[in-house]
Parts: sequence; structure tokens; C-alpha cells
Amino acid sequence: MLTIKGLTKAYGDVRARQVLQDVSLDVGRGEFVAIMGESGSGKSTLLNVIAGLDTPDSGEIVFDGTDVTTLDDTARTLLRRDRMGFVFQAFHLLPHLTIAQNVRLPLDLIGVEPADATRRTRAMLEAVGLAALASDYPRTLSGGEAQRAAIARALVHAPALLLADEPTGNLDAESASQVLSLLRFQVRQHTSACVLVTHSSAAARTADRVYVLSARGLTMQAL
Amino acid sequence: MFSGRWALLKAVSGGTWRDHPGRLVLAVLGIALGVALGVAVHLINASAVSEFDLAVRSLAGEADLVIRGPRSGFSEALYARIARRPEVRAASPAVEIEVQLPGRSETIKILGLDPFRAAQVQPHLLAGSREAVFELLKPDAVLISRAAADHLGLKAGDLLRMQIGVDTIAFRIAALLPAGATRQRLAVMDVANAQWRFGWLGQLHRIDVKLAPGTTTAAFQKAIEREIPPGVLIAAPQAEAERGASLSRAYRTNLDMLALVTLFTGAFLVFSTQFLAITRRRAQLALLRVLGLTRARLFRWIVLEGAVIGVCGSALGVVIGCALAQFGVERLGGDLGAGYFGTVTPGLSFDSGVLFIFFVLGVAFAITGAALPALGAARRAPALALKAGDEEAVLQRLTGWPGLLFIASGLALSQAPATDGLPLWGYLSIAFLLTGAILVMPRLAEFVLSRLPLLRYPPAALASAQLQATPRQVGVSLAAILASFSLMVSMLVMVGSFRDSLATWLDGMLPADLYVRAGSLGVTGYFTPREQTLIKNIAGVRDATFIRTQNVFLRSDRPPVALLARPLAPGKSHPALPFEGATRLVTSRGPPPAWLSEVAADLLGVTTGALIEIPIANTKHTFIVAGIWRDYARQNGAIAIERTRYVALTGDERANEAAVYLDPSAATDEVSTRLRAAFGNAEGLEIASTRELKRSSLAIFDRTFAVTYVLEIAAVVIGLFGVSASFSAQALARRREFGVLRHIGMTRREIAAMLGCEGLVVGGLGVLVGLALGWVISLILIHVINRQSFHWSMDMYLPWQALALLAAALVIAAGVTAVLSARRAMTGDVTRAVREDW
Repeated sequence: MLTIKGLTKAYGDVRARQVLQDVSLDVGRGEFVAIMGESGSGKSTLLNVIAGLDTPDSGEIVFDGTDVTTLDDTARTLLRRDRMGFVFQAFHLLPHLTIAQNVRLPLDLIGVEPADATRRTRAMLEAVGLAALASDYPRTLSGGEAQRAAIARALVHAPALLLADEPTGNLDAESASQVLSLLRFQVRQHTSACVLVTHSSAAARTADRVYVLSARGLTMQAL
Repeated sequence: MFSGRWALLKAVSGGTWRDHPGRLVLAVLGIALGVALGVAVHLINASAVSEFDLAVRSLAGEADLVIRGPRSGFSEALYARIARRPEVRAASPAVEIEVQLPGRSETIKILGLDPFRAAQVQPHLLAGSREAVFELLKPDAVLISRAAADHLGLKAGDLLRMQIGVDTIAFRIAALLPAGATRQRLAVMDVANAQWRFGWLGQLHRIDVKLAPGTTTAAFQKAIEREIPPGVLIAAPQAEAERGASLSRAYRTNLDMLALVTLFTGAFLVFSTQFLAITRRRAQLALLRVLGLTRARLFRWIVLEGAVIGVCGSALGVVIGCALAQFGVERLGGDLGAGYFGTVTPGLSFDSGVLFIFFVLGVAFAITGAALPALGAARRAPALALKAGDEEAVLQRLTGWPGLLFIASGLALSQAPATDGLPLWGYLSIAFLLTGAILVMPRLAEFVLSRLPLLRYPPAALASAQLQATPRQVGVSLAAILASFSLMVSMLVMVGSFRDSLATWLDGMLPADLYVRAGSLGVTGYFTPREQTLIKNIAGVRDATFIRTQNVFLRSDRPPVALLARPLAPGKSHPALPFEGATRLVTSRGPPPAWLSEVAADLLGVTTGALIEIPIANTKHTFIVAGIWRDYARQNGAIAIERTRYVALTGDERANEAAVYLDPSAATDEVSTRLRAAFGNAEGLEIASTRELKRSSLAIFDRTFAVTYVLEIAAVVIGLFGVSASFSAQALARRREFGVLRHIGMTRREIAAMLGCEGLVVGGLGVLVGLALGWVISLILIHVINRQSFHWSMDMYLPWQALALLAAALVIAAGVTAVLSARRAMTGDVTRAVREDW
């Protein structure tokens, strides 16, 4: 479903810093892949390039048969809107929207009928255990609850690919474990693929495959 | 420790300003513009008044007292009596006439002097020019001031042509007055010559009196009290100058107030800029509190930031203001085009005291604008302020009660009477209303925005949600635009009402088909009885009525009031005038009727039915006020009496103006041509159709208000600065939000549309409240400020088209500004913003 071939990316002109060097990766439908690496190794850049938020210097990213690198910004945005979901380390719920409004945002952007969007939002919130907090604002939530809301938002439109950038980085061990279980369960439930970027070995262990990103590229690590 | 604290302050404040220099520049410009306009208007006004004062003094010379008569003058026998008194060391008789210059729409002041007497009282006028003194005795000679020579492009030996009646006579310029004599545009001739040539034989207009040592002015005034005929004033030169300056006092005060309003708007800009800046930096400031910065010191820091903005803005404003003043005087004159000081060319003097006062005012306004947000930031508990989403909570303290109290006080103040002839309470009332509305705005925004529907279009829905979640921030950000827009609306309504009332008034005042004048300016243009008959007998003229205009002194501290001798309207017991309220029927046995303009009635403090004394032909006559009429033409007031009575009292059968009614079949142009031919195509004859007069009157009106339009536009520009600063600040603060929205699939265009929707709603809210507030302020301007300043009443007129255009322009500007702010905020890699902490 996602095929990356020979991806390179450098930042800066005069003293360019090579962030991604000849990165290749295949992710199949329903697969849960973890990418580890040191800070600054380019993990988040890789996610941004996959999502079409950044462009590579060379290489291909084929998502569901489409080479993402050949699309313009609007096409990449629409692809991301319809087929991808994002989970961030810092949750990034919009503070002026309620939890329910945050979660249904992708459905509204896609143009789902309001009644259907309301139903799917409610179902998603129940699935992540936040139905009771639907009308609350993000500032009233704990870190674990906020991340569950963020996962609900990322999956509510049933994306083919979920991109998760350090989703447990801001959580305590117990909350992190709950969030990972939820993430894993929901990905399976929606038959989505997931690329998880993490520092945490414990988090990586929940994946089907684990890769390490370094200056030499992406290398698979035994579980 | 001291340097450490300052280093920290520099790092915290300086860092913010370095990151967002645009916001700092806008706040500084807001104050600078207000200070600049204040400085410019005040300097120009002060220079014009001081020049006027100088002009009066230069004519009075070393005189201790000036005896001044009305336009019709007084008997020269008075001079003989005054000059013979033992308390008088020297007395200089003079004829003072404004004479129309043929072919030019301006006059020159003729001062007819006795050169030998003038040498004792006004020695500087003819100083060092013995030949010139003897030249003056020749009947065709005149001396002109250097200002007049420069202005008219004349030199010694040239001819100076002047209008008398409808004829033109030429005088030879024998020499120029000495350089230091006067800066007025003035011509000097022998007094007897002036009396003869201009038809004032046996009459004088002024006597400048130099008292003998040991005589006080008060004692002398008391001693000659009985000798002074009615309608003739005796006053010190200083009082003369003050009387002249009082003419433009209300106009000057209004300009000063408008400039202060601009500064006031600038202060609101500092307020909203600082409030939003502090709201954005709440976590940073809270962290400093956590690290040990005391509440008082934090307050002082933020106020200091405001003071720095104030100092920079004020300094810049003073410099720009001085340049603007120089430009204004050179291009528009000392009265900024209003026509009060036409013959005076002021030189600008930069009073450092005044500049300092405006500098301090600018700093004080900026500090006041920063103090409220500073108080809020210092009071906020650091633990709460560190949490995301606290921005709106900070504003929860803003209740609506203080604002409502301000509004109520403002409405109450609007009912207070004038102070010393100026509507100071009225202006304070407007300041209170503005402040009140701005304080109420956050609550009002909360009330209105909570009712916004959540639309299906995602950018609109997100915009709606954003506004509903931050209504009080929206309210604060509207401060500057609300202040400027409401003032703009109020001025538009006031000026529109004035213009509309003026047009209606002109319809009432100009019932005839043609108006013929023997010179529109000056006092030497007139029609003799023979010429009046000539006009009546022109082919195509059905009827003609004649008006004689003189002036009379009613109060010693005020300029003279116009005395209009008019015929009664056909079949009526009063002249054709735009009366306010009912007129009074006058019986033949009681005092004769006089019809007072609103200004004259207010000056005398009388209403219809009151008895008044009017000095005509140096005798006081009792009249009954038979009606009060609206007069926009004569700012010092006017009294109309029957022409037949005027002729009976004075024997003066001349007329300045003829209202000509044509036969239905007569063509205006043809009658005009016949009239000109009948007067030998005299240069001094002015013929205008009613339509032309209306058009030129409205053009003069528009020119007079041009400066106020400039000040209004300046205020709105400052307001738009506020909106722009607010949107760009909010857009930058929301970069991470935009980053998240980009991650979940919103296009740049959709984010811009979201911001655009927010801008339209915020702009719309500001415009709606501004329209309502502007309407209330316009009521105060029309019924309080104008009435108390100029004593003019007017009917309310709402210029819907202009208001709708302005409102639409402002809403669109707000929307566009918001979109541009979004674009600016999304330049660079906005997706990286999500990696920063909220």
C-alpha cells in the first residue's frame, strides 16, 4: 500500500544537512510499523514527506498506486485529508473546539453528511472511551485523554494510513500503554496501516516490524 | 543586580519586539499620528492667532486704547473731543475699510491715517520714510505693505485698482511700507483722502489713543464713557485682538478636539496591541513570576513597555507634526482653509512648551493604554497562566458594568451646558461614550458571537467556533477600529446633516432667479438709488428687492453682528427668512420688529418676544424680537430689520445686493447680459443665478470641512492599523493551529478562507456597533457640540449611501487583512509549528 524507494532529503543550501539518505520502505494494508532513531535522525521528516507535507530531494513515495511526489500541494492535501490520519506527541487538539468537534473535523472537511458525521463521531468517541467528555474542551483533559481524542480524530474517517509521531512521548507509562493498545486495536479494526515514530522501545515492541533510521538509511531491527 | 534586571527586561520585551517588529511599529505609528495631528493643528492655530494678534498690535502701535466703531463708522467730531482731553497725549484718527479688488475674489484693508498723528501713535508704520509721508498727502497715492505687494505682485510705481460702488478707481503705489511695519496685507492712505474717495466724509472707524503719563486706561475709559456714542467700543489693543480671535475660537477648539480624538484612538490601539501581546505572552510572563518576579515589578515592566512605545511615538509625532504644520500653513493658510484669517500670512513659531505638552500627552495615553493589560497580567495566578487556553480566561475579569457606567455618565454629560462658550462637556461626553462602548465590547462580543450559527462549510464552521471560543479577545481587538469608525460615522452624519440643512437653507434664502451684487466682499461696493431703479427697469425683470448689509457691535468681547436691512416678503409681515419656530405679529404701536439669527439670539440670550436695543447710526433703538431664523452665512450673528425702517433711521438708501425676479418668459442669461450692459460692463458687478450661488456655497462648505475629513481619515487609518495588528498577531499566534489543520488535510486556501470569515464577522461586528455608537455621537455633535460651538441648529440627515459604502469597505478591509495575515503566518514551513509546545 505504501512503497518508499531511495528517498533522500537534506536541509540548507550552503552547509546542507543530510536528513534522509536512501530510505526505502514497504508497508502493507493492516501492517503496524515502528521507526526508531536518535533525535534529529529524520523520523519526523520522514513522516512529513510520506504525508506530502514536505517534499523529498529524490526518491519515490507510492501510496495506493499514486506517486505522492508528483502531486501538487492541493492534491497532496486532499490525499492526506481523505486517506491519512495523524497523531502527534503533543496531541494538538484545537483548543477552541470541543472534543466532539475536534474528532469530527476530518469528516466535515471530507464533506460527510452531518447526520452521518455525528453518528460516526459518537461511535469513535465511544470506542476510545471519551463519549462522556464529548462537549468538554481540550484544556480540561488529562494527557492520556487528550491523546485518545487525538487518535479518535486521526481514525474517524477510516484512513488507509495512520502516521503517529511519538504518540506516547508526553504520557506516563500506564497512559502510554493504554494509548498504544488503543492505537493498535483501532488500526486493526479499521484495517489501516500505521507508521509509528517513537523513541520508546516498549512502544516499538507493539509493532509488527521495527526499523531504525540513521545516517545510513533505514535498517530493520529484530523484535 | 540592577543591570541584571534591565538585561532580563531587554531580553523579554526586546525579544518580543524583535520577533514582531511590525506590531511595535504599528503601535508607535498609532501614537505618532495622534501626536502629529495634535501638534500640527495646535501649532497652526496658535501661529494664526498670534499673527492676528500681531496684526492688531501693529495697527494700534503704541496706543493704550482703541475706540472702534461699526462698519458705518462714527462722527469725526468725537476725535476732536477726544484729542483735546488733557489725559490724551496723542490720538490718531483712522478710516478702516475692506475694499474689494476688481477681478479678484479678495479684499485689501485700507487704513486711512493722518500721517502726522500716526507718527506719534503708530510711528513704526511710516518709520524713516519722510518722503512717503508727504507722498501720502497726494490724492492718488497709497502705500502698501510688503505682504500686500508680494501677494498682489505689485511694486512701487504700479497702480492699485479698487472698487467703489460698481466702479473701479486706481491709486498709485507711492512706496512700500517699511519692512517691519506690519505683516498684514494692507494699504495706507491719508485719512481725508480715504474719507473722500470711499464716501465716508465726516466719518471715522477708529481712533488710536495714547494716554498721558499718569493716566490709567480704566480711569480714562470711565471719564469718556458718556462721550462714546452707542455702538462704538473702547478697548485695549489686546481686547481688540481677543475679539478678533474669538471669531475662530470654536473652529480652532473643534480642530484641537479632533486631533485629540485621533490621539485617543491611538491610545486604544496601544491598549489592544498590548492586551493581545500580553495575552500571547502569558506563559512567558507567568514563568517569570514562577522564577520570582514580583507582581509589582511585572506591572511596572509592562507599563514601561507602553511608555517606550509612547516615547518613540510621541517623539516621531512631534517631528511629523512640525513638518505637517509647516506644510499646512504654506498650502492652506493659518485657518486651514476655513477663511477666518484671510489677510494674515502666519509664520510658524515652534513653541517648545506646546511640543512638550503633546509629547507628554502621547506618552501618557500610551501608558494608560498599557496599564490596564498590565494590571490583568500581574494579577493572574502564574499556575493558571501557564496552561494553554488561558487567554480567554484572562479576559473573564472584564465585566460590562464599568462600561455601562461610562455610557450612562456620557449620556448625562451630553446634557450639560457650554463652559465659557465651548462644548467641553459635550466632548467629554463623547470620550465617555467611546470608553464605555469599548469596555462593554468584550461582553457584547460574547453575547453576539455565542449566537453565531455553525455553518456546514468547514472553514466557516471553524471560524465560527474560533470566534465563539474567544469572544472577549475579539472585543478587545476591536477597540481601535470601534473608536475610529464610530467617530468617522458620527462626523459623516454630522457633516451630511449640515450639508443637507445648508442646501435646504439656501433654497429658503435664495428665492429669486438672479442675485446681483456690487462686490461680494468688502464694504465699498453698493448700488445707489438710481442704480437700484436701473435694475428694476431692465427688460425681463419682473421685480427686484434690495438688501443693505452693515454691522453693529452688540457685545464688547465679540466681533460685530451683521445688520441686514431687508424688505418684507410679499404679503407677509416678516422678511423671507428660514425661521425656526413661529414668528410674532407686531403691532404698529409697539417697538419695530427685528428678526435675529440663532447666533445673535444666543449671544444676546433672548427669545422671540424680547425687547433689544440695537445701535444704529450712533443711536440706540429699541426693537422687539419677532422671530429667530437659521443663518449659516454669518458666524457672528445677524439681525434683520425692515429696510424702510433702516433708511428712515440712517438716511442710507444704498444697497449691497439685489434679488432679481424675472418675467416667466425671460432668459437668465439674456437678463444678465442686459444688466451688465446697463452698468457699462463694470468689473465690480457680480451676477449669479440661484443655482450658481448654491453650487459655490456648497463648494465653500466642502472646502471648509476638508481638514476635518483629513483628520477623520487619519483616525480610521489608525483604527485599521489596530485591526491589522490584531489579526496578524492572532494569525502568528495560531501558526501551530494552522499546522495541525494542514496535517489533517486543510488546504492553504481553506485556512485563508477560515481567517477571512473570521475577519468578516469581526469587521461586521465592529461596523454594526460602530454605526450605532456613531449615530449616538452624531446626535451629540449636531445638537450639543455644534449648537454650543457655532449656535447653529440643523436637521438630522443620514447619508445612507456613504455609510453603507464605508461600512462595506471596512468589513471587506477586515476580511482582506485577515486573509493577508493568514498568508503571512503560513509563509515558511507552517507544519513545523506543530512541533513546538502549545
